[in-house]
Amino acid sequence: MDLTTLEKDLVNGWQKGFPLVARPYARIADALGISEERVLEILAGLEARGILSRVGAIVAPNTLGASSLVAMRVARDQLDEVAAIVSSEPGVNHNYEREDNFNLWFVVTAPDADGLDATLARIEARTGHATLRLPLQKAYHIDLGFAL
Amino acid sequence: MRARRDSGFRGTECDQRDVALLAAIEDGLPLCARPFAQIGEAARMDEGEVLARLRRMCAARVIRRLGLVLQHRALGYRANAMVVWDVPDADIDDVAQKIVAHDFVTLCYCRERRAPDWPYNLYCMIHGRERRLVECQIAAVKRAAGLDQYPSRTLFSSRRFKQRGARFSAPAPIPMAAR
Repeated sequence: MDLTTLEKDLVNGWQKGFPLVARPYARIADALGISEERVLEILAGLEARGILSRVGAIVAPNTLGASSLVAMRVARDQLDEVAAIVSSEPGVNHNYEREDNFNLWFVVTAPDADGLDATLARIEARTGHATLRLPLQKAYHIDLGFAL
Repeated sequence: MRARRDSGFRGTECDQRDVALLAAIEDGLPLCARPFAQIGEAARMDEGEVLARLRRMCAARVIRRLGLVLQHRALGYRANAMVVWDVPDADIDDVAQKIVAHDFVTLCYCRERRAPDWPYNLYCMIHGRERRLVECQIAAVKRAAGLDQYPSRTLFSSRRFKQRGARFSAPAPIPMAAR
């Protein structure tokens, strides 16, 4: 999907360091030399096109609550059904098919370790499939946004 | 065995109001002139407290970044590879430092192994527009980090079923009928 120059400037410049001031979009507008209304319009447009997921925070893994990457091995003809059950869990925030015999990969977060156990137990009961839990031990590099 | 806590957060306390604030912004800041004031209403704190808490969590690196979160697939980044290796524990820090020196590497983690099904402990993610280019980038990483000697797998993603931010709010109860 093509972006205008202004959209690119906005997207490249503000994936981190969002202004922590009362009127952050006005601060961004000043930096870009446009109006606050225009910034809000552009962001709403990016959101409507599915490019902007949200203006939000990426929280360091395992600092609050418990989380884990989880893999499942699912027969091809059951994958849609199992994936839909996994996605329906509120604690699941990424859920992807990957090319491997472990073909369903998702991240679960919960307020605490017991909550994580409960979510995975529910997924196993509802899908009839085992889950492979792969908790983080150390992060060397996490998503800091990327340049377009 | 439980996962070791990420080192970035050690020594910093997050209280219940911080958690409430993260829950209030988990779906994103509103696109309006005073987003932090509006978030404050949901988290039952005033705009000044919202800003002060967010500043503190950013400084403590509880929040690793605050800003636009993009759907990389909508931007044409559809070649998304997760490469995993089984690297001896003693070598993993050195190898990981060589991997993250490549600016096209999006993520790099150490995770617990699950032998015998999943003996891998080092993970690297690369997002690109072209699969062939990503394959070249993987080869470059392997060469530079001396990774050819270790057991490895490359898993490209094919379909995305769900992507959104982590949840910090209490989960809504799941209706009995859906269990």
